[in-house]
Amino acid sequence: MLGKLSWSAIPFDQPIPLMTSIVMILVIGAVLAWITVKGHWPYLWHEWITSVDHKRIGIMYVMLGLVMLLRGFADAIMMRSQLAIAAGPAHGYLPPEHYDQIFSAHGTIMIFFTAMPFVIGLMNFVVPLQLGVRDVAFPTFNSVSLWLTATGVLLTNASLVIGEFARTGWLAYPPLSELKFSPGVGVDYYLWSLQISGIGTLLTGINFVTTILKMRAPGMSYTRMPVFCWTALASSLLIIAAFPVLTATFAMLSLDRYLGFHFFSNDMGGNPMMYINLIWVWGHPEVYILVLPMFGVFSEVISTFSSKPLFGYRSMILATMAICILSFLVWLHHFFTMGAGANVNAFFGIMTMIIAVPTGAKVFNWLFTMYGGRVRFEVPILWSIGFMITFVIGGMTGVLLAVPPADFVLHNSLFLIAHFHNVIIGGVVFGAFAGYTYWFPKAFGFTLHEGLGKAAFWCWFIGFYLAFMPLYALGLMGATRRMQHYDNMGWQPLMIAAEVGAIIIFCGVLCQIAQLVVSIRTREQRRDLTGDPWDGRSLEWATPSPPPVFNFAVMLDVHGEEAYWSIKQRAIEEQRLAEEPDYKPIEMPRNSPTGFVTAIFATATGFALIWHIWWLVIVGLIGAFATFVWFAWRDEDEYEIPAAEVARIDRERRRVRTEVLLPSLSRPS
Amino acid sequence: MNASTAPHAPLQPVLDPHRLGHRHGGGGGHGDAAGHGEGGPASKRIIVGYGFWIFLLSDIVMFSAIFASYAVLSGQTAGGPTGAQLFDRTTVAVETGALLISSFLCGLAMIAANARNMLWTQIGLLVTGLFGFVFIALELREFADMIAHGAGPDRSAFLSAFFTLVGCHGMHVSVGLLWLGTMMAQIWAKGFRPTIMRRLMCFSLFWHALDIIWVALFTIVYLLGTLR
Repeated sequence: MLGKLSWSAIPFDQPIPLMTSIVMILVIGAVLAWITVKGHWPYLWHEWITSVDHKRIGIMYVMLGLVMLLRGFADAIMMRSQLAIAAGPAHGYLPPEHYDQIFSAHGTIMIFFTAMPFVIGLMNFVVPLQLGVRDVAFPTFNSVSLWLTATGVLLTNASLVIGEFARTGWLAYPPLSELKFSPGVGVDYYLWSLQISGIGTLLTGINFVTTILKMRAPGMSYTRMPVFCWTALASSLLIIAAFPVLTATFAMLSLDRYLGFHFFSNDMGGNPMMYINLIWVWGHPEVYILVLPMFGVFSEVISTFSSKPLFGYRSMILATMAICILSFLVWLHHFFTMGAGANVNAFFGIMTMIIAVPTGAKVFNWLFTMYGGRVRFEVPILWSIGFMITFVIGGMTGVLLAVPPADFVLHNSLFLIAHFHNVIIGGVVFGAFAGYTYWFPKAFGFTLHEGLGKAAFWCWFIGFYLAFMPLYALGLMGATRRMQHYDNMGWQPLMIAAEVGAIIIFCGVLCQIAQLVVSIRTREQRRDLTGDPWDGRSLEWATPSPPPVFNFAVMLDVHGEEAYWSIKQRAIEEQRLAEEPDYKPIEMPRNSPTGFVTAIFATATGFALIWHIWWLVIVGLIGAFATFVWFAWRDEDEYEIPAAEVARIDRERRRVRTEVLLPSLSRPS
Repeated sequence: MNASTAPHAPLQPVLDPHRLGHRHGGGGGHGDAAGHGEGGPASKRIIVGYGFWIFLLSDIVMFSAIFASYAVLSGQTAGGPTGAQLFDRTTVAVETGALLISSFLCGLAMIAANARNMLWTQIGLLVTGLFGFVFIALELREFADMIAHGAGPDRSAFLSAFFTLVGCHGMHVSVGLLWLGTMMAQIWAKGFRPTIMRRLMCFSLFWHALDIIWVALFTIVYLLGTLR
């Protein structure tokens, strides 16, 4: 009836997971109880859970990413603490089987459930606004994507309470991940949570390519799209080309584990190295899926806060698309030690180094954008400058690792760990925070507290260097990754330094939590009434903050590369806004619980597959199918916002714009 | 950018500070096509069709990963039977015929649907489904035969890859049949509404795409397999 599930799945004998589980359950229970007592459920259901509005979905994605950042960070600080003490005779507080689950969960959560939701969340919120349109191509699928990602999050975190997580590292290399060597449910949790959220990600990729290529405001030709939209396009194209490979690879490993197939087994002709090739055919593009949109964020932020158009707009597009293609030609550099031979390694080594060229071009473009500009050192540009310094260092150690002989020495050492944290924290995480601070006022109508934001930046920036620079040295001294204990006492001082760095980063996280709380409490003083708090240049700043559900009352005509900047300049030059348009009723997609209900069935199916509860698998699949049929049967999928309502909202926007842009015209009479 | 199309000539330097927009604004090129920016968002039909094409592309990428795995593992028989010993070209020829005829009939059903003819649309979709069903039945019989003769997917890496590749295509056809049945019920209940016509278009794209994959599969698995 319940498959492999029994009471022994609950970790009663392991105090750390048990305590964590209890705290997690209490927190979730408290939040749910608070929502129930306050009577917020109807609001949450109608306005958020069933919402198909790209802005709401984007916000929920970012919230998911932020919460999972805390979870992944807790894992990180546990590992750093273990390594700070587990030297020589001491063995630390984490037993190896638990430590193995922690580093696997840390990697999985940080990449799939922190970075991806953050990237996709920013894309969701910003891209339709920048393109000057009202929603994405497939709003309901967008909601399905979000909730399938949430399913993956739920399953991964459920493994803490029920059963265990994978002990195989974040990519679950076989033969270790085969049933023979990992008989528990950990790898199954890993496989199904990523398989289900991967479907959501693929749908997002399809959605955004279609949106960007087929839905843009009149006049917004390819070479007038903001760079963030270009990078979102590149990232979505990579999702479409890479995620199906991940799906296929995980399906093959699942078949090995569930039905005794021999894709990656040691015997019967199986080939474990094929898994490692396949997973990195997805895995290398994945890092560009994460970082390219962040390059877009930096481009927007640097241009806005330097009060200058982006330098080398076209070369930025070219560099983005070049990276997009090159990212598929370098996967083998993750395992030069496979023994493919000198020629193969040389090819992939050189291709890897070539990626540094378009990336370097981008860095120079950002620098030249700042050069001669009137730079306002607000929080988003601090993150951007921190990124440029950090990412260049990470890039250089990457070029070093791309040299196969050097890689043979440094492979699987802490040098590698330092390198990829250098580019992922320096690139993706700093970019996420820059974008978060930059677009927060657009999303919620008030700005974030600046002082706490700056404190958070400095903590992260200094903490990062203290936490990861020692790892470069340790790697060169021979320390390997994924070790729970070491005998060489000489490594301990650097390990302790890294722990201190992690604690400083933790202070940064606390600053960010405080920033959010303080900003919400003082939101009345920090209202963004103008809709354009940073003197922005692209179309999202043409809307009020937060934007109305339909984004734009009328489709704007785009002239030139910086759509909103030119509208603004024209208004100032002519001392009047453009003529008031003829308002028409707007059709918007209706909210739909399809995504949420599908995700409930997907969660049931995933959980049942993990624990071999076959009847529940069938129920879940039938339920998901029935949900879609029910959705397809609906008679009305849109509702109309009357012209009078559109006019009321837009006239208010025009009044505020007039006050801000043309103060001489709007003096109180 | 030439001045004649830009309504605010004095602002030119601000609009296009690096003078990079010279190819645009003057019309021409692909700029006029639907959804390419100049004319605003494309129609719903174009958006849905385009999105579905991209989905098919992603599906083909997934198949290509499985094809690649099959290519790597096709010689790894672990002392078990090879393709030449297992495959029956006659069955596969009949399967191929059934699938291609099914696709042709799907095309006819689409013509009937475009003419808003309920009877012929339903008949067309029904026979499309029947031939698809014949394909699946033959494939399942082939699988059952092989498993009965001790050549199941757990016998060798070659057979694992074979069952996965062919089975994945078969699963797509089965899901297609489920979709087809749902579409028939929906057309019956709701008539030829624009949303339903768009879905029908997607279904036919899907059905034809499965043919393309089958052609590759037929060549790489069965033809090359029996030639060896």
